[in-house]
Amino acid sequence: MGWAIALHGGAGDIPLSLPSDRRQPREETLRRCLQIGVQALKSQKPPLDVVELVVRELENCPHFNAGRGSVLTTKATVEMEASIMDSTKRCGAVSGLTTVVNPISLARLVMEKTPHIYLAFDGAEAFAREQGVETIDSSYFITPQNIERLQQAKEANRVQIDYTQPLPQATEQETENPSGDSQIGTVGCVAVDNHGNLASATSTGGLVNKMVGRIGDTPLIGAGTYANHLCAISATGKGESIIRSTVARDVAALMEFKGLSLEEAAASVVESVPKGNVGLIAVSASGEVAMPLTTTGMFRACATEDGYSEISIWSSKHD
Amino acid sequence: MGGWAIAVHGGAGVDPDLPLHRQDDAKKFLTRCLDLGIHALRSNHSAIDVVELVVRELENDPLFNSGRGSALTEDGTVEMEASIMDGPKRRCGAVSGLVTVKNPISLARLVMDKSPHSYLAFSGAEKFARQQLDRRVPIETCCASVETPPLQMNGVPISVYTPETVGCVVVDSEGRCAAATSTGGLINKKVGRIGDSPLIGLGTYACDVCGVSCTGEGEAIIRGTLAREVAAVMEYKGLGLQEAVNYVIEERLDEGQAGLIAVSSKGEVACGFNTTGMFRGFATEDGFMEVGIW
Repeated sequence: MGWAIALHGGAGDIPLSLPSDRRQPREETLRRCLQIGVQALKSQKPPLDVVELVVRELENCPHFNAGRGSVLTTKATVEMEASIMDSTKRCGAVSGLTTVVNPISLARLVMEKTPHIYLAFDGAEAFAREQGVETIDSSYFITPQNIERLQQAKEANRVQIDYTQPLPQATEQETENPSGDSQIGTVGCVAVDNHGNLASATSTGGLVNKMVGRIGDTPLIGAGTYANHLCAISATGKGESIIRSTVARDVAALMEFKGLSLEEAAASVVESVPKGNVGLIAVSASGEVAMPLTTTGMFRACATEDGYSEISIWSSKHD
Repeated sequence: MGGWAIAVHGGAGVDPDLPLHRQDDAKKFLTRCLDLGIHALRSNHSAIDVVELVVRELENDPLFNSGRGSALTEDGTVEMEASIMDGPKRRCGAVSGLVTVKNPISLARLVMDKSPHSYLAFSGAEKFARQQLDRRVPIETCCASVETPPLQMNGVPISVYTPETVGCVVVDSEGRCAAATSTGGLINKKVGRIGDSPLIGLGTYACDVCGVSCTGEGEAIIRGTLAREVAAVMEYKGLGLQEAVNYVIEERLDEGQAGLIAVSSKGEVACGFNTTGMFRGFATEDGFMEVGIW
């Protein structure tokens, strides 16, 4: 037993040639967020607070597709979504946010202050105002990089170019390989404390050039986010695949019903989804960590109480 | 292969004092919906077509809380939601926050078939509907009750009325499973509230093994990832369909109140609920047919 934490900044077809000016700020953010999470766990903060805290930091970073860095819909608007769950199976979710600075905190408020689990669009925005959470004009979220990405996606007539690569050659590569078009940036964090309490949180801006109103896997309990007494999971990748495979719940179900270890369960679920579609981070009640992926890469980091720590981007065969 | 099978529901949690004539109406209506599905199955329609067809019929009748009978939000508006899933490739479609679409289940099907996404909601879903559907009816027609906020809902005082959802699960004679669920959600829900019905794996699920549609307390169904759970214990623990349904109702709901219907690819049907009653009906190829409430 011991605490453990893992976080991610999205899985997808991250080119091995990712220039260092795009790589470094993301690695720095992962390192900083990991540090914040570790500090919080060491100070005995409950995992639910820790995952919220870390995801807020990731949302505030313009380099990842969530909160500040959210990608744009086909109408050049933002529609953010998030969900949060802990090992008592309490959960909250939000979709279609346009002005809320930290969607993950609103998801937590839905969990704690409403009789519902999931609020969306105008109703969620109205709830945000009722609760007095920080909101800001939508233009805050619309970064020049994301306007550029939207234009590129529109030119390529594609929905799913998303996270990091505004380089023309990358777009060409992806156009040639439409099945490899699965970069869906998202951020997430899972944590467990010394007492085996667990929590998971996931937040996203969705897909570049998505249809207005599109909901992905991120706010869906059992798909993008899940936690119970055994483990906590946050998934990222191609939303539609994650939804149909109920990825996050299935990791827990394999542990619960088949007695698999966290690592076996996580690997099995990732392998069961078509290759290149998904990555996930998971922690178990006993403090294990797993971060499997079948995409080219996943921005990720983890740390455990026994001193292990890792920050990586590509799958191990590329590192 | 055990032949085709179909199950329908009109919601779990029935007013124990529901007048007899209304019980009869509900049973007759469920029978009619079953007959419609049976006929389609005998004409070799695929499972996914049959669940859509039957849920459309359920939506068209104001008896249950979906489509025409949808409950109102705290602002007196209607926000309908639905989802559909096809077992063979686990393709799925879902919609939420619809205000003018007459048959939400068909829009969910169109999201599955005609959009790159799985789930569209609110104005984006309405816009997609206008692009896709020519069957859209004006809000006055589909929601007459908006004009005069009702003291009664479906003939039952709001204070005792329990929310209903409709759903259908089918396995066709080729062993393909499908599931569909549609609802107007909770009476007096917050604007923007999404329940379990549109959520894949929670209110609706289908795979190679089974098809499942849930109804009841949405929040409990979500926490229990109820629909996927039936399939998961069949796949991972080797339980039979009825065993799986019983396990899920007994072990996965905590204190929540809910019910579900399910079919297996072998042609079995099952249902389970821990509420006071559930409007439901079943039929299988070998001639079994049953419609019940309590």
